This record gives sequence, structure tokens and C-alpha cells, in this order.
Amino acid sequence: MRRLQPEPAEPAGGPGAELYAQDRGHIQAFIYISFILLAVGGVYGTLQALDKAQVDLYPYLPGFLSLYYTGLTFHGVALALLFTGTFIIGFLSLAIVHGLKRPLADRGLAWATLTVAVAGVLAMVVPIFRNQATVLFTFYAPLKAHPGFYAGLVLVALATWMAALNAWQTWRTWKQDHPGERTPLMALAALATWAMWFLASLGLATALLVYLLPWSLGERETVNHLLTRALFWFTGHPLVYFWLLPAYLSWYTMLPAQIGGRLFSESLARLVFLLFVVLAVPTGLHHMYTDPGVEHSSKVVHGVMTYAVIFPSLVTAFTVVASVEEGARRRGGRGYVGWLLALPWLSDPSVAGQLLAMLIFATGGITGLINSSLNMNLVVHNTMWVVGHLHTQVAAAVTLTFMAVSYWLVPLLRGRPLWGRRWAVVQVWSWFFGSAIMARGMHWMGLASAPRRTYMSFAPYYGAFAEWNWAGIMTASGGVILFFAGALFFMIMARTALGKPNPAEAPQSVPEAGPLHDPPPTPRWLDRITPWFVLGAALAAIAWGWPLVRIATRYAEMPGFQLW
Amino acid sequence: MDIDRYERLWIMLSAAVLLSLFLALVYSVYALDIRLVDDAGQVDPATAAQTPPFDEPGVYQEGPGRYRVVMVARAWSFQPAEVRVPAGSDVTFQVTSLDVIHGFRVPYTTINQMLIPGQVSEFRFRFAEPGEHYLFCHEYCGVGHHTMQGRIVVETAATGAR
Ligand code: HEM
Ligand SMILES: [Cu+2]
Ligand SMILES: [Cu+2]
Repeated sequence: MRRLQPEPAEPAGGPGAELYAQDRGHIQAFIYISFILLAVGGVYGTLQALDKAQVDLYPYLPGFLSLYYTGLTFHGVALALLFTGTFIIGFLSLAIVHGLKRPLADRGLAWATLTVAVAGVLAMVVPIFRNQATVLFTFYAPLKAHPGFYAGLVLVALATWMAALNAWQTWRTWKQDHPGERTPLMALAALATWAMWFLASLGLATALLVYLLPWSLGERETVNHLLTRALFWFTGHPLVYFWLLPAYLSWYTMLPAQIGGRLFSESLARLVFLLFVVLAVPTGLHHMYTDPGVEHSSKVVHGVMTYAVIFPSLVTAFTVVASVEEGARRRGGRGYVGWLLALPWLSDPSVAGQLLAMLIFATGGITGLINSSLNMNLVVHNTMWVVGHLHTQVAAAVTLTFMAVSYWLVPLLRGRPLWGRRWAVVQVWSWFFGSAIMARGMHWMGLASAPRRTYMSFAPYYGAFAEWNWAGIMTASGGVILFFAGALFFMIMARTALGKPNPAEAPQSVPEAGPLHDPPPTPRWLDRITPWFVLGAALAAIAWGWPLVRIATRYAEMPGFQLW
Repeated sequence: MDIDRYERLWIMLSAAVLLSLFLALVYSVYALDIRLVDDAGQVDPATAAQTPPFDEPGVYQEGPGRYRVVMVARAWSFQPAEVRVPAGSDVTFQVTSLDVIHGFRVPYTTINQMLIPGQVSEFRFRFAEPGEHYLFCHEYCGVGHHTMQGRIVVETAATGAR
């Protein structure tokens, strides 16, 4: 897909294909693995959506594939943990390579990362489909899964750390070669994402390595299930930002160039990414507002921090929209809102997909505010409302951005032009509408008190709530649209990847937006990560230290249960 | 660092919105005294079924118009499965789980709690109108999760147990 506008913000051509030569192989492998996970997980999504209208297609599947909760475990694990994780490793690696204009520091480490990730994915998926790990993607103890499930997740986390380490080493060698220079924004954004994630993932790693894995191996009789639950949410909420920041990276540093504009304010963009490093972690207890045994005061602290972490997203809303507007005006857009029409809504699937993703993301931000307020949470906690919220955020905003990115990324790394640009436009619009309809149905079900994670086709109380049925039909309709939108995506990607090699017609470079205002050099303090990381770690220690110590030292432990 | 005028305005606005949300939160906690479930005591899950009050789940009257419902959850049932209280009563629920994590939800009310083995969940609700409520588990607890339910029958005050 080539740029359409007359006045590209970057000199045409970019750094050339040699830059990506070393890393195109493993990056593509990560991206394709993520697509496979998305495809299989998406099929279960549609089956689940149909179930909300009591349309039960599970009996038509063979063996263990036909079990609702096994499928739901796969859906959550494959999409929320593995699809996102593998795509992000690939995408952030590319952002480092392009941002620093050099190959990754350690090629061997990159391939080792891939090996570990594949081993982790298989170790998780096999027990799930053998019905030995039907614990959903949150794996709350005392439900106890097959050790492979926990070991696999350890490996996947390890793979993310290896990718982060590689990025870090690349940055260090870059700094040696460029003394005194500011780190390019694209690279800084990727590095900040890794720093945030490393801090966040320590909770999950502790839960798995110290408690759950030894427990499932029989080395430990019992676990403190409230502790492992809290440790899960230590990582579980910032996990959301781990999905989101790569999308922000694209919106800030790539999308403006695709439109033909520039980044509105580079300093603020840096500040946003660095603020996430500081604020992302001390928030997770808002998932446990209704848990007994966790102190009210700790919950309030996390509630407050949850509001604080909205701040960088609000700044993003301005800066990204301003960048998009600037690009639209360069394309000839006029008027207060008329400039919107100058955007390539129907001609450039990669741009249109990301704009639609932002639109749906904004609505999800508001429902998120509702979830995180102490008292409104009581109405929606663990209802389908929450599932509606998370589908606007991860399944629509993040996934749609990743799909839109794939429309230039796969052609670039594969050296083939995008197949079916018009189909791709249809694809992003139908994913958008499918998500919006499904999420609307889910929100409605949730307000009518319908529980999440529930096999509705067999729920004895379903019939007592007439509203659930209407809302369920809406949910199912959205799910069916999403099924076709997903199928279209895989067809486009397959035909692109398997098309005739034609590097001349393929994109030549990662799109990279230059700054509009506030030209570099940006202030020094926005060019460092370690101080922000230390600050983030300190806040995490303050907000999590006491509740974790309290839970760890006071409460009873439980043996495991396998209730499936 | 040089910030655009409108951008500065937006940043201040965002900060103001978040600050007011923060103040609303502080107000609701300290002035309105809205409290989330806290620590309402522990009970050893292994022996909870023999430990008072959970050895005798049921409905207990505590005073005029005040009831205490002691309940035990296990995969995949609530005990007692049916609760009867007169309309207009203030009900305190005291619930625990004997095996895995369960949920406790009465639709169209604010009754929405997690049940965690070893922990006692305690919460109050005023059932103003007569009618029948479902009660179901809203946290995945194994393959029978969707069948885990109970009833709360709010009787017209005259027929209700006194
Ligand atoms: C074809 C597209 C999709 C459809 C139709 C779909 C549908 C659904 C439905 C109906 C549920 C609720 C199941 C229940 O609570 O009983 C669900 C849960 C979920 N979905 Fe999706 N989904 C889709 C794509 C995605 C994507 C792309 C992601 C993430 C990247 C995602 C992440 C999740 C998560 C995390 C849950 C919660 C799982 C749990 O409660 O354990 N979904 N999905
Ligand atoms: Cu349950
Ligand atoms: Cu349940």
C-alpha cells in the first residue's frame, strides 16, 4: 500500500529494505502466529456470542472442542494473552529497528525468543484442548490446572522479557554510537512500553513461579488463593496498557505520516508514554472491589490511582486528533469538522481502521470510568457489561489497530503489495460495526444483570429475563458480523503473504511521522526511562505492599479443585 | 518544552475533570460513608460447615424488620437455596464458600459480591417491595456454574413470618 497524498511528510523511500533484512524473519513469525491464535479464538468468540441468544452450536463440534468453558478458556487465553503478546513482540521489535535505524542487537536472542514463545503457546494450548486446564484466562485458584498451562504462561512471559532485553541492548549500543543524541520517539515509546510491562509482569511471575506451578506439580499442597488472585490483578490491569501502548505508538508515531501530516507535539507524546511507566501498576485492586478480606482503604487508593492513569489517555486524545487534523488540512480539508471528510475513510484501510479504532476506544474509556468508580461498580461487576467494555477496548480498539497496522506491515516485511485494498476497507468497517453492535448488546445484557462467563443456553434462569433475550440477539448479531469481518481479514492476509513477490510495489518503509511543534531537542528528562521506572516501582511498592503482605500473612490456604 | 495554547487548555481541563472525579470519590467515601466490603472475618474452609454460624445456614430474625441470612456456597449450589423474608426488611447476608471462588448476585439490585473460601462476605440490603428474586453465581466455578442458583422470596408483610 503506497501513500496516496501528494506531500509525504517523510522523504519517499525511507531507509530501505536492508534495515529490516536481519529481523524480518522472526518478526513475521510472531505476526503469523498471532494471526493463527486470533483466527481460532475468534471462532469461539462467535459461538459464545450466539450462546447469549441461546443459539447453541457447541453440540456440532467434536469431543473437547464442544465444551463451552473449554472454548471460553481458549478464547481468553489465545486472544487476551497470546495473540496480543505475540503480535506485540513482533511489532515492538520492528518499532525498535526502525526507530533506532539499526537491526536488533542480538539476532540469536531474537530467534531464541521465538522458540521460547512457541513452546509456551503449545504448553498452554495443548492442556486446554485436552480439557485439563478449564480455568479461564484468569486461572483463579483453588481451581487447579495442568502444570503445562502454568509453565506455558511462564515461558510466554519469559519471551516478553527476552524481547525487552533485546530492545534494551539495541538501545544501549545505539547510545554508544550516538552520544548526546535524543532517542527517537518511536524507539522511546517501544522502550517505555517494555519498561512498564516488565514492572507489571512481576506479579504474574511471582504467582506462577512461587505458588501455582509448584502447586500443580504437587510440590506444594496448598496455595493462598486470595494472594494469587491479587497477584494476578497486579499484572492483569497494567496488561491492558501493554495492549494499548503499541496501539498508541502507531497512532502517535506512524499514523500521522500515513495521513500525510506530522506529530502535533513530540514532548507531550514522550510524557504520555513515560507517565504510563509510573502510573500503570498501582491500580489493579479495582478488579477486587467486591472481594471480602481486602481492605476498604487499599481499594480506595487503587481507585484514586485508576483515575490518575486516565490522564495520559486524555492527553493522547488531544494530541492524536490534532495530528490527524493537521494531516487532513494538508490534504485540503477545511472547516471546523469538514476536515474529517478529507481523511481516507474509504480508500486507505490502514488509516481508516485506526481512525475507527480511536472512535470506539473513546466510548470504551467512558464505560471504563463507570467500572472503576466504587459504587457504580456494584451494578456492573462480573456482568456482561464488563465483557462489552473489554471488547470495545481490546477486541475493537487494539485488535482493529493491529489489523490496520498489518495492512502495511505484512506487505513491507513480505515484499508483496497488499492484496484487495477495497476488501480491506470493507473489513475494517465491518469489524468496527460488528464490535459496536456486539458491545452494545453486551452492555445492555449487563445492565439487565446478566452474568458473564455463563453458558446461557443451559442457564435455568435465562428465561425469566425477557430483556436478556433481546440483548442477547443483538450480541449474537454483532458476533456474526465479526465472524465474517475476521474471515475477510485472514483471506486478505493469506493472499497478500502468499502472493507473487514484488518488492517494488510493496511499501518500502515503516511510516514515521516528524514533529510539527516543539522540534527536538526535547528536554533531557523526557529522554530517560530509568528514573521513571524507579518512580513506578516505588508507587507500586506503596500501593501494593501492604495489601499483599496482609493477604499473604493472614489467610488460609486451599488444596486444588478440578471441577470440570 | 513548548506547549500549544489549546493543548495547554485541554490538559488543564483534563486535570480538572479528574480532580473532580477524585473529589467525588473522597466525598462518597468520607461524607456519604460508602464502604466497599472489607474484612468481615475469616473461617477455615475445611471446617466451616461445622463452625457457627455456617453449621446452621438459614434465616434468623434479629429484631423487628431485621433479618440475618447465613448462607453457604459450594459447587454448584447455595444453602439454603430459598430465602423468605417479609417486605420492608433489612437483611444482612453472611456468606462463605466451601470450595472455590463463587459469586453472589441478585439481579436488578446492588447485591453483587465475591465469595472467597476462607473469607466471610457480609453485606446488607433492604427488600422494600414484595416479589421473587433470583440469586445466582456470577463467577466461573466449574462446568456446572450456570446452574448455580437460588431464590429470595419477599413476602407481603402480612403473610411473612413474624
Ligand atoms: C470474532 C470476534 C469476537 C467475538 C464474537 C467475541 C465474543 C465474546 C463473547 C460473547 C464473550 C463472553 C463469553 C462469556 O462471558 O460467556 C467473550 C469474552 C472475552 N473475549 Fe471475545 N470475542 C471476539 C474477539 C475477541 C478478541 C479479538 C479479544 C481480545 C484480543 C477478545 C477477548 C475476550 C476476553 C478477554 C473475554 C473474557 C473471557 C473470560 O471471561 O474469561 N475477544 N468474547
Ligand atoms: Cu459458583
Ligand atoms: Cu459460578
